Amino acid sequence: MAETRKSYGNLASSLAKLGAICAALMLVLTPLSVTPAKAVLQIDITNANVEPLPIAIPEFIEAGSPADGINRDLSKVILNNLERSGLFRAIDPGAYIEEIRDINSRPRFGDWRIIKSQALVTGQSTLQDDGRLRIEFRLWDVFAEEQMTGLQYYTTPDNWRRVAHLISDAIYERLTGETGYFDTRVVFVAESGPKVDRVKRLAIMDQDGANASYLTDGSHLVLTPRFSPSSQEITYLSYFNNLPRVYLFNIETGQQEIVGDFEGMTFAPRFSPDGSTIIMSLAKNSNTDIYSMDLRRRIKRRLTYDPAIDTSPSYAPDGRRITFNSDRSGGQQLYVMNVDGSNAQRISFGDGRYATPVWSPRGDLIAFTKIYRGRFYIGVMRPDGSGERLLTESFLDEGPTWSPNGRVLMFFRQTPTRRDGSGGSVKLWSVDLTGYNERVVATPTEASDPAWSPLIR
Amino acid sequence: MSRKLLGVKHIGVLFALMFVAACASSEATNTGGSDIVPGSAADLEQNIGNRVYFALDSYSLDSAARAQLQRQAQWMQQWPSTTVRIEGNCDERGTREYNLALGDRRASAVRDYLVSQGVDGSRVETISFGKDAPTCGESTEGCWAQNRNGTTALTGGGVGS
Repeated sequence: MAETRKSYGNLASSLAKLGAICAALMLVLTPLSVTPAKAVLQIDITNANVEPLPIAIPEFIEAGSPADGINRDLSKVILNNLERSGLFRAIDPGAYIEEIRDINSRPRFGDWRIIKSQALVTGQSTLQDDGRLRIEFRLWDVFAEEQMTGLQYYTTPDNWRRVAHLISDAIYERLTGETGYFDTRVVFVAESGPKVDRVKRLAIMDQDGANASYLTDGSHLVLTPRFSPSSQEITYLSYFNNLPRVYLFNIETGQQEIVGDFEGMTFAPRFSPDGSTIIMSLAKNSNTDIYSMDLRRRIKRRLTYDPAIDTSPSYAPDGRRITFNSDRSGGQQLYVMNVDGSNAQRISFGDGRYATPVWSPRGDLIAFTKIYRGRFYIGVMRPDGSGERLLTESFLDEGPTWSPNGRVLMFFRQTPTRRDGSGGSVKLWSVDLTGYNERVVATPTEASDPAWSPLIR
Repeated sequence: MSRKLLGVKHIGVLFALMFVAACASSEATNTGGSDIVPGSAADLEQNIGNRVYFALDSYSLDSAARAQLQRQAQWMQQWPSTTVRIEGNCDERGTREYNLALGDRRASAVRDYLVSQGVDGSRVETISFGKDAPTCGESTEGCWAQNRNGTTALTGGGVGS
């Protein structure tokens, strides 16, 4: 693999910068409220038709030396995150009455009630003499006139976006009672060029599409990247030297290595929940079966022996079971087996073909791609196969990946290519688990095969 | 009156026949001419045929595919130092990972047939691109049929390669 490393040597230094995430020091701000918090403001996110919560986030106050409008951008990034979740509605800033001048005084709640804002976030960014940025915020329940939470962070100025995501998570968590997912990244395949001569590159970005950068140079085909749950590593399929194999990619160093010395194509990799093992398919002697590879002890283990195609394996979050795709019944269906390969049970029985099962990080659902009468769907079902629900439909929707809190699915959608060459675009989309709030995810180029990172915290 | 009409019709058919003949002969001069070196990649692609097609979701070889692979096997025996790579391809109407496995099955089916026709297995390697190396870019039944294929690519030992 020396050759691969060499070819990515130039990328390594920029990647090191990318991977070096400055730990943001977090302190709790003392509540300014005298009455004990009653926390009346709460969003029930299990309800499909939840009315978005009206929220106001005025521009953060700028204190200390000027810092390139970071104060303005902080509130924008936070609002964008919350609005994209579908659970919040931003009040038009033009309607704001009170101008927030002091982070440490209580807002005039009446001014915010009049414009029907239920939640209010005030904040301040201070560029200190030591060059560090102090960012603080307070979340207010406008009707109860109480501070719900307040935190401050110290970071380097170029790391302000990360703090905006951390604040978004804190607000989301306080108001929904669920873990946030904004301080996360997405690895995906960036696509360019005509359909018959496509260039595909590994790329990584923040979950909101910012900070996108490429991890490979497009000189060979790359597919299906997936994040490690425990380290800054990605596993993916590379056609380096025309030998399609599963690779490990270290985001911090840019180094790559082949996973195992398999004779035959390895593909469809995923990490185990503890990050110690990669599970994948091996195509050998005209048959595709599922294997696991212990990364530390370098031990490979064959898990399926069926003459049919067995692929797309995905672990349950407790690491004890595996869901996978097989055509052993005659068509593509979903199965669940024990982690040692025993007791494989078919779980999908609806009309059509089922593929790409991915176990939810909560363990309660399996997301999948369904093909039925020439249309593609993203759906979910329980691990016993009950409760199937289809969330999206199009000409081609494929490859769902879960947000780390199990509330949102990201996938890719391709439109048909017409005879004149138009159409055929491939984009990332997200949809809420309820099937609502379908949105395109901004990417610098066309994109496919998204994989959500775990929470970085 | 009816005679005249018939006559016009005949002229039309005649024109059509001449047109077809012209096409066929111009194709013949383009592809079968002396500019193609026997034993070369172009010879394999244009005179023998290097691509067999599969039905939807299938990896079995029909009679047309078997006939072409018999020609490929004969050609490889005629040019004994040649080596090939069989590329298994699928249309875009499946999921990526399953199609990688299906493409492997298609490539393996082609390799196995060549070997059954007397080609040494060490001269034939396989690779699957699943749905990621289409030769036809449109989202039409015609393109999808073209993209479900096993393509024999010369990797070494050819004349002039």
